[in-house]
Amino acid sequence: MDFASNITVSALFQQTLVGLSRTTILFIVASGLSLILGVLRIPNVAHGSLYMIGAFIMYSVNLFFGGGQAGFWMAVLLSPVAVALISLAVERGLFQHLYEREHLMLLLFTFSITLVFGDLVKMIWGSDYRSVDLPAAFQGFFTVFGFPFPRYNLLLIIIGPVVASGLWFLTNKTRIGKIARAAAVDREMVGAIGINVSLIFAAVFVIGCFLAGLGGALVAPTQNIRQGMDHAIIIEAFLIVIMGGLGNIWGALLGALIFGLTDSIGVLVLPQFAIVFPYVVVVIALLFCPKGLLKSTW
Amino acid sequence: MVKAILSDSRALKAFGAGVAVFILLLFVPCFLPRFHVYLLGLIFTTGLLAVSLNLVLGLGGMYQFHHAVFYGIGAYTVALVITKTTLSPWIGFLLAPFVSALFSLFIGLICVRLSKLYFGMLQISLGSLVWAVVFRWYSFTGGDDGIHGISVPGIISSTSGAYYFSLILTVICLLAMQRIVNSPFGRSFQAVRDNPVRSEAVGINVKRLQLTGMVISGAFAGIAGSMFVVIEGSVFPELMFWTLSLEIIIMCLLGGWFTFLGPMLGAAIIVLLRTFVGIYTEYWTIILGFVLMLLILFLPQGVLGYFLEKFERSGMKQAQEEK
Repeated sequence: MDFASNITVSALFQQTLVGLSRTTILFIVASGLSLILGVLRIPNVAHGSLYMIGAFIMYSVNLFFGGGQAGFWMAVLLSPVAVALISLAVERGLFQHLYEREHLMLLLFTFSITLVFGDLVKMIWGSDYRSVDLPAAFQGFFTVFGFPFPRYNLLLIIIGPVVASGLWFLTNKTRIGKIARAAAVDREMVGAIGINVSLIFAAVFVIGCFLAGLGGALVAPTQNIRQGMDHAIIIEAFLIVIMGGLGNIWGALLGALIFGLTDSIGVLVLPQFAIVFPYVVVVIALLFCPKGLLKSTW
Repeated sequence: MVKAILSDSRALKAFGAGVAVFILLLFVPCFLPRFHVYLLGLIFTTGLLAVSLNLVLGLGGMYQFHHAVFYGIGAYTVALVITKTTLSPWIGFLLAPFVSALFSLFIGLICVRLSKLYFGMLQISLGSLVWAVVFRWYSFTGGDDGIHGISVPGIISSTSGAYYFSLILTVICLLAMQRIVNSPFGRSFQAVRDNPVRSEAVGINVKRLQLTGMVISGAFAGIAGSMFVVIEGSVFPELMFWTLSLEIIIMCLLGGWFTFLGPMLGAAIIVLLRTFVGIYTEYWTIILGFVLMLLILFLPQGVLGYFLEKFERSGMKQAQEEK
């Protein structure tokens, strides 16, 4: 086996940038999951389905507006909103009544939602692969230090830190964020001082799911939109959240960074087993820090 | 044991019913069409897998989220021994539970330091690692295509042969697991589930007990995996994908995880549902999803658990009236 023979500076640099844009998607999805896990303590398997639905809605909205700049930005804005509305209905209709159940039941319940959503997507959009064309402004390549780099990936790398600081602002500087963090630690106490915890929980759930939709919308132009993308992303998102520390936004960022980079650089080392590397890293991280690299809110 | 059964009229009835069902099942291939015989074999396999999961999940209260890995490893062990070596296929069947138990031991050693959700998530990551390797190692495991057309020994290659093989293995395994549940080990395992802190205080080594439970359960899952190869004649990485693991947990929940045979019933319901709903519509998972939702909302003790509860309550009422 030509082990590591194709590692050159240029390839390494390029793969790092690819890994960073992958990190953005992973971080957006994982941070939403982490928020829901940290505050509501729901291991939300349906998060992956919402990501997939976000991607499919992105496809449809973009098609509706006839593509181009308008279609792209409308789709990127509308599809997370649509996903948030779906999640609001699910939370008020179903989860609201289940918060007291044990984790295993909640996990299975969200899995049942995954099954339902999976088939609904198949009914609405069919089982064909779909793809979204980027507006002309994002097509093509930039030349970074003499190496070609897709423009859209650069956009993703910019969006990542923006979302991260937005989330940090939301959880640390706003009233709702502070209440949510308090409720994560002691739900009953927060209720006892006269705050409607149920509404706060609904808000957190919807924000988390909004992020899943956003992740799906942003990933849509970079890959085939298809059945089964929900199963693939959710396990990665869970591992990232566990590795980073449950409920910790920066943990999700760190986890996504490690996951994205090991994946993209692993391709250079041993292409066939590239998907194995992130799992190995997660296992090693958890061997030494069983509760995650950063402090969890649990 | 015989004496205990004879002295207890309820146990005697249950034992008699078990023997009657077994004799009936022995003659099934004589009068049922081939497809139904195949389906029964599949139910035994899946059922054995679910019962083996329930050893740790229901009895031990451990969040065994990725049980399918041990099933898949059992299946792949048999498939690889048959296709890649010149050894007798029977060696593969003997090896399957040991290889699965070995993987269980490794994964268990890493996981049992944690508990509940953390335990489950770490297990999923380790299991996904195994899955990813199998999924990509084309030269050895066949990658995402899997291995097809595995030629099992002639005596168990026909539909009825495979059926008898799975029936007999299932019965042996169920009897063995029943013994384990009622052994001192099973009792202390249950005590750990109900109150780990107190169990530790009375001198039970909780972590070692949980590890032992995982190894035993993994070995039985490996046997179920080897039965799958005989029935289907092929293996593929989906056998150890995490969605299958959750499906097995659903089977345990559906049948009732505080009962011994409940998971078997749950597996039967799921296999039959998939087969017969699948004939009418391709959207069978949405139905499974709704069934599961209703189950969690209204019947969390499972089907068999529900009936047992009802049965016991009416029995208690009868006893009170007699007084």
